Amino acid sequence: MPLLVDVVTAERSVLSDTADMVVAPSVDGTVGILPHHARMIALLKPGELRLKRGPEEVALAVSGGVLQVESDHVTVLADAAERAEEVDVTRAREALERARRHMAELKDHQAQAAVQAAIERATVRLRVAERRRRTRPVPETSP
Amino acid sequence: MASLRDIRRRIRSVRNVAQITKAMETVAASRLRRAQEQVMASRPFVHSMESILADLAGVSTDGETPALLQVRPVKNTAVILVSPNRGLAGPLPGNITRRAAQYVLHEAGSPVQIIAVGKKGRDFMLRRRQQLLAEFTTLPDRPALGDIRPIAQIVTSGYAAQEFDRVTLIYTQFVSVVSQQPVVKQLLPVEPPSHEAKAAARDFIFEPSPAGVLEQLLPRYVETIIYQAQLESTASFFAAQMVAMRNATDNAHEVIDNLTLTYNKVRQAVITKEVAEIAAGAEAMAKS
Repeated sequence: MPLLVDVVTAERSVLSDTADMVVAPSVDGTVGILPHHARMIALLKPGELRLKRGPEEVALAVSGGVLQVESDHVTVLADAAERAEEVDVTRAREALERARRHMAELKDHQAQAAVQAAIERATVRLRVAERRRRTRPVPETSP
Repeated sequence: MASLRDIRRRIRSVRNVAQITKAMETVAASRLRRAQEQVMASRPFVHSMESILADLAGVSTDGETPALLQVRPVKNTAVILVSPNRGLAGPLPGNITRRAAQYVLHEAGSPVQIIAVGKKGRDFMLRRRQQLLAEFTTLPDRPALGDIRPIAQIVTSGYAAQEFDRVTLIYTQFVSVVSQQPVVKQLLPVEPPSHEAKAAARDFIFEPSPAGVLEQLLPRYVETIIYQAQLESTASFFAAQMVAMRNATDNAHEVIDNLTLTYNKVRQAVITKEVAEIAAGAEAMAKS
């Protein structure tokens, strides 16, 4: 039996689907979840959340949150989450550059941590969008 | 008796009012729909969050209690008062401020500091010389979680620093389009949702640890609850405004009907009088 996966943020439900395997960015490292996984609650850091179903793979950019596994039901409470096709690459790139520029100017430790988090988020979003582009099938008309 | 011209003018002005209230009703109805959708969209998140907290509540008895769960004797209270920014919404703003006043005066039992979210609540509390800790009066109608974060930050850091020992959230709950209920809810210390029939919740794997998860989860939970309260209040406001404006439009039409009736009566009277005068004149002419 496949896993039931729900990805929700406070603002909306991002995805509700089934998957054979879920790969999530836990704070202690990447975790893979297969059916019949033990019950688990894990904190997530900004990263890629991947759902595998057969040969297909769906990638989402999440920026931290909590993951709960209970009887083959995976619930991800994300601070923010976007499907690969939703990521606005231009905006993510701009955010990354802006954050990098800020980083150089800041001295306050707390502010630096916030900007560092922004950098991570933007990087993840770009990476997810990039992956999506690579897996997009080549148009049949091309030689 | 009012002159015909006066009555005509009044009818025209009431008709203009009816047009405006009708337009406001339409606008409120469309905003209400969006606000309602947003409330619905955020509910699964709140439910999942509560379920995880309930799971954790059964486990994390070891070690030190996280700051946001610590129950202390109440010496100071902070109240987050969520109210609308605008009026013209029937009894709703009055209901929420009255409920808040009752809480502050009779139920809190300790000095109260107000965190006003929305202008109506702020103005009300300022008029009554209550102490304002902070005000948030520029939140958009469709707030993002990020807009709420500063509010959550104030209460969580203030609670951790023992500036106050209880945080209460007062907002309007959206029951239905015709019913909105002022609600008083304890936000801090967090009371973990009751652990219904989950006795075997101890075999969880935690990454990194129960305490670590709690520490991250509780501030998010606080944010989520405030966010949900804000959404509920917004939906309530538009519902109340829609109903108030519909009533206003109906009233205006009634006034127009009454005025039209008076207008016709007066017109009739004038005509009758003129006919009588002419007839009297003609009779006098015939006699002479």
